[in-house]
Amino acid sequence: MTIAATKAVEQRDAYPEKEYQKSLLRFLTCGSVDDGKSTLIGRLLYGSGALFQDQIDTLTADSKNSGTQGDNLDFALLLDGLTAEREQGITIDVAYRYFSSAVRQFIVADTPGHEQYTRNMISGASTADVAIILMDARKGLLTQTRRHSYLASLIGIRHVVVAVNKMDLADYSESRFRKLEQEYRAFAAPLGDATISCIPLSALEGDNIIEASERMPWYDGPSLLQYLDSVDLEIDRLADQSFRMPVQWVNRPDSDFRGYSGMIVSGSAKPGDQVRIQPSGRTTHISTIITPGEKNDVAVAGQSVTITLADEVDVSRGDMLCTSDLPAEVADKFEVTIIWMNEQPMLRGRSYLLKIGARTVTATIGQIKHKVNVNTLEELAAKQLDLNEIGVTDIVLDQPVAFDAYQKNPQVGGFILIDRFTNNTVGAGLIHFALRRSQNIHWQAIDVNKQAQAEQKQQKPCVVWFTGLSASGKSTVANCVQQRLYEMGRHSYLLDGDNVRHGLNKDLGFKDADRVENIRRVTEVARLMVDAGLITLVSFISPFRSERQMARTLLEEDEFIEVFVDTPLAVAESRDPKGLYRKARRGDLLNFTGIDSPYEAPENPEIRIDTTALSAVEAAESILSELTRRGILD
Amino acid sequence: MSNHAEARQLHTRSLTHLERLESESIHIMREVAAESERPVMMYSIGKDSSVMLHLAQKAFHPSPPPFPLLHVDTTWKFQEMYAFRDAVAARVGMDLIVHINPDGLAMNIDPFADGSSRHTDVMKTQGLKQALDKYQFDAAFGGARRDEEKSRAKERIISFRTSQHRWDPKNQRPELWQLYNTRKSKGESIRVFPLSNWTERDVWQYIQLEQIPIVSLYLAKPRPVVRRDGALIMVDDERMSLARGETLQMLKVRFRTLGCYPLTSAIESDADTLDLVVAETLAARSSEREGRAIDKDSAGSMEKKKHEGYF
Repeated sequence: MTIAATKAVEQRDAYPEKEYQKSLLRFLTCGSVDDGKSTLIGRLLYGSGALFQDQIDTLTADSKNSGTQGDNLDFALLLDGLTAEREQGITIDVAYRYFSSAVRQFIVADTPGHEQYTRNMISGASTADVAIILMDARKGLLTQTRRHSYLASLIGIRHVVVAVNKMDLADYSESRFRKLEQEYRAFAAPLGDATISCIPLSALEGDNIIEASERMPWYDGPSLLQYLDSVDLEIDRLADQSFRMPVQWVNRPDSDFRGYSGMIVSGSAKPGDQVRIQPSGRTTHISTIITPGEKNDVAVAGQSVTITLADEVDVSRGDMLCTSDLPAEVADKFEVTIIWMNEQPMLRGRSYLLKIGARTVTATIGQIKHKVNVNTLEELAAKQLDLNEIGVTDIVLDQPVAFDAYQKNPQVGGFILIDRFTNNTVGAGLIHFALRRSQNIHWQAIDVNKQAQAEQKQQKPCVVWFTGLSASGKSTVANCVQQRLYEMGRHSYLLDGDNVRHGLNKDLGFKDADRVENIRRVTEVARLMVDAGLITLVSFISPFRSERQMARTLLEEDEFIEVFVDTPLAVAESRDPKGLYRKARRGDLLNFTGIDSPYEAPENPEIRIDTTALSAVEAAESILSELTRRGILD
Repeated sequence: MSNHAEARQLHTRSLTHLERLESESIHIMREVAAESERPVMMYSIGKDSSVMLHLAQKAFHPSPPPFPLLHVDTTWKFQEMYAFRDAVAARVGMDLIVHINPDGLAMNIDPFADGSSRHTDVMKTQGLKQALDKYQFDAAFGGARRDEEKSRAKERIISFRTSQHRWDPKNQRPELWQLYNTRKSKGESIRVFPLSNWTERDVWQYIQLEQIPIVSLYLAKPRPVVRRDGALIMVDDERMSLARGETLQMLKVRFRTLGCYPLTSAIESDADTLDLVVAETLAARSSEREGRAIDKDSAGSMEKKKHEGYF
């Protein structure tokens, strides 16, 4: 060995090996600024040596300028991120912090405590091993404490620490602490089987944060950091569960290699293991495993790997590799808990994109069973979920997916809901169980099918969907179109909004959730009519883009023709044949589209009709010529 | 013996934090590559880029990463950085796109004369937007970490950008479990930060463990420097002229972070091997961005730049 090489080896050996052997723990802090949450995290960062000198200098300067702790360091100032928040003095978002002890690396999800930030707390909690719930020793168990505890249990955090803070302001009193501990344990017992540890501390003074405090000799438990250093890791628990790996990516550099890449979310795998591919149910066994470290004797939960299989089976992105003796279940209808995260409410009957594992499908909200008052845990009836509300509902997917119950395996039982138009993540969901009914109703194949019906009538069935404000002229134009079709010997039917509300939909009102259901039903009826070979005219206000989009996706690509009857509100209101606008303006008619209920105009309709420029007959002619151009009429 | 028990025996220890971070980054890259039409990896030549590129090679092995590299060049990087960049591109066999803002060239933007803020805006922020528009990239990987700066600590791993490349910190998508929402409409894009949860220490430890090649500027050696406003600035080419009273000195220095040479200050150090650099980093008492002029322009300056489209 050369001298240089020897020196390098010596340096490397001198380097503390345990730096590489640290494990990773993620935790969540729940509480508000008033509870001293920011001070607690700041103290942890400071005490563990995670802060650099220039950060401490900045903090010292900031503490003098805008601090609230006199000459002492105001640790809360370390944690406020964005300018606007700094001005308001509150933490609005989830912020992530990093520090390490001698044995572990920590990722802290710092989330705000108020009820309007429930979605932020849920996001931070979804990846946490531990939740630290702050309690002010003087105030005890508050509504907020109950809410945070409920949310932590809902999201399945298995270890809860109650940090009884500000003990310095409670005379470091053992009796006070014991009383609070007892109260908390009594409250939390029914919430679930998470372990609960209570630690008396003072973030401001540093008691029981890093080391045991001499000011509370009566407490013989661990300090907060000692606790965090020794608590069980969720990833180790997951490693003992059944093997699951959602396939993210099919790796095919050439015809000789076909690997399936993904993260093992639970269990472990080694070459030779038999696996089942869900939802198809095919089985094979593992040939090789490529781990990031290239060693392929075994791979465990938390590792991103590439697996090759013994047989040439059909596997694509979104499928899940499972241990064959205990595979994930497969279903398309579920009871779930939903945490709603968007300003636009979740509506029964509306459909969203649902992402679970590496698969994205369409999900429609079914019956909402109840929502939960997050402060009292009371169950309330609900037709919709608003921002930060939590409820239990049925959902139906457009195709079966692999899953485990969330409680059993959060990595395979959790999903997100995505709005089809804004692409925002609007909700998070936890699967309770599959609803089996869907498995007992099978599609009956019918010999006289859509094609046969259409051929008999010698026409191409479709839906011509008229949307527009009340009194925009939808029904008048649709009526003209139908008359012309009749003259041409075509078989058609006109579904009119007012008429359908007299029968099929007479149980529905005009709230958003009712409007969604109104359109869902008429869409299904229109579909049946297309199956029967009819040219189906639908004349409904249909104010929401989401539901019109849903109708479009339920039909074949060239079967849905959207006609936007584009009449400005002022013109429609001046026509007002039924006097409805006047009533709505007087406040006698609520939820009227265009007045106090929104109308979302189509962005790219197949046909746009300007009724201020065309007569009804001219409009009908232009629609017919477009239908001819599209090959529906000849 | 059951499968689990057997496997647990083979794998008795918990995964280390570096193994967890590595797998998380790989997971993010695969997810974005699978769901995007035209992804690209930002390559800035620094140590974070080196780690990110190394992870990308692992993520798609034995295939090459299914996206090109993009370097938005300001023309003011260190000479050693350009040499390293070209060597890396040749070694990894990925396409390297170099984009220089032609307007900035025409204006002859000079960080000494124009100041760091204008230089960064024109050559980096505007240059980046031009490149993303020109090649229609809908997802761009960046090596930023949350421990670098306060506003970064709140940014999502998948960070949505409007068609004008703007970031709205008040309207970020919730991110749960490991379910990433990469959806966007035409013209919109996402910035992706696979190293979000890495710290500076993690990056150095990983470089050491995996023996990842890095630019030699990170290792100490005697270099020509000038002390200016309390910072040590390396005189890398003839475009830098000395002010009255400044003297050129040869000092043994290295860099903790690399940017444009006039905006990046060196530290005096004897750490001339990777192992020594790591040891020094673990014992460091100041944060790495201390050497970057861009963060100090005004309070909340990074957040402001990010609003405007900066990485």
